Formats: sequence, structure tokens, C-alpha cells
Amino acid sequence: MLLIILIVTALMVVFSSRMLIGAISLALTSIIITILMFKLNSPLAAVFELSICAGLITVIFITTISFVKPSTEDELIEFRKLRFKKYIYLPFLVAVAGYLVSVAIKPISLKLPEIIQETNVRNVLWDLRQVDLLGQAIVLLIGVFGIVVLFKEGRKK
Amino acid sequence: MNMTNMEILKIFIPFVVMLIIIGFYYILLTRNLIRILLGLEIITKAAILSIIVAGYVTNNMALAQSLVIVIIIIEVFVIAVAAGVIIHIYKQTGSVDVSNIRNLRG
Repeated sequence: MLLIILIVTALMVVFSSRMLIGAISLALTSIIITILMFKLNSPLAAVFELSICAGLITVIFITTISFVKPSTEDELIEFRKLRFKKYIYLPFLVAVAGYLVSVAIKPISLKLPEIIQETNVRNVLWDLRQVDLLGQAIVLLIGVFGIVVLFKEGRKK
Repeated sequence: MNMTNMEILKIFIPFVVMLIIIGFYYILLTRNLIRILLGLEIITKAAILSIIVAGYVTNNMALAQSLVIVIIIIEVFVIAVAAGVIIHIYKQTGSVDVSNIRNLRG
């Protein structure tokens, strides 16, 4: 049931005529993925998903949309006309693809080599995956650098 | 919930594929830069969901959760920098339409 709501909210993102509604639908998608994560026994990742994907990213999207000029009524009417032409095939395509994949999945043996048998997330994150953290720190620095460069140039003009 | 691993995979993987198709379709057909970012987000959500399901099925939740945390944090930076680029493009060209960005046209 939750998975069907997930697909419906993702389709709402596609079919929304105003981008603000699309961003809020994306937050809804995040919330449903959070519930699924809690059900799949991964609370820490779920908290991250809820706070960052449903919170911070929605704020970033809404800020960007508010910076950009809102579309006029004519553009909205044009988009509403066009969207059904553009996206009318999408639900059928999605349904057919889902059916085909569910038919095509065959039983496979799921015995993987057991490399990491740690059950504590903190130990995995801090002890076993240290390179990931280093990568995150580098990405953080590059991201901050990029944003600073972008906005500095904007201020000059 | 007494489902075998195979049943869980059979339930979740079609929905993951559906999410990926929605995201790709959206990115391919839209011309608005902000909408392209929304499509990218949908694809990322599919990736996150598939990693969590894989971790649950192989009984390796700790590794899956740490990977998902890394993905989420990098995703935020991607979105933040992309939003900065979009605002900059808007200041330069006055629109967020992909077809208007033709400064490097040969």
C-alpha cells in the first residue's frame, strides 16, 4: 500500500503544474520512503532521510523557486494543455514496466560473501568506511567553494 | 511479517524500477532546469530505497545504512550547488529554460 502511495506521489511531482506543488510532493515521497525505512529496520538512515531529504532539500527547492520569476497565467494554461500530451503515456509505461519486472524476477540464491558482519552502524561508518567520510568532507568543501564562487560573482554584477 | 527474502525483493524491485522510469521520463521530457533537478531527486530516492532493501535482504543493515547516509549527504551538496547554478543562469539569461542556454552554440 505504501509503495503504491509512493508511486502516486512521484507521479504527482511529474503532473503538478506549479513547481511549488511538485517540491512539496517530493517531500511527501521522502516521508513515505522514511516510513518504509523504519519498517525495514533502518532507523538511523530514516532519520537522515526525514530531516535532510524532506526538510532541507524542500527548503532549497522552495528558495530556488522563489528566486525565479513565477510563470504567468498564460504559461500555466499552456503547460496544463501540454502536460497531458507529454506525460499521458507515463502511467501506462510505469505500470507495464512494473508488471514486466515483477514477472521477470526469478529466484536467485542470495548467499553473498560475508565481508562485513558488523551490526552497529556507528562502527561501520567510523571504523570500516573511513574513506567514505573523507570523501564526504571533500565534497562538502567543494560544495561550499562552488556556492561561494557562484554568489560572489553574482554580487559583483 | 513472515516474508522470505525473495518475496520482499519481488515486492520492492518493481516499484524501484517504476520510480527510476518516472525520473528518467521527467528529465528527458521537461525543459525547466528546476524540474530536471526534481527528476534527479526521484531517481536518487529509487537508489536509496534499493540499497535499503538490499541491506535488509542480505541481513547487512549497518553497511546499507552507512551507505545511505553518505548518499543523502552528497545528494544535498549536489542539489545545493545545482540550485546555485540555476539561480546564476536565471540572472544571466532571465529564464530557466534549457533551450535558452545557448551561449556556447557553435
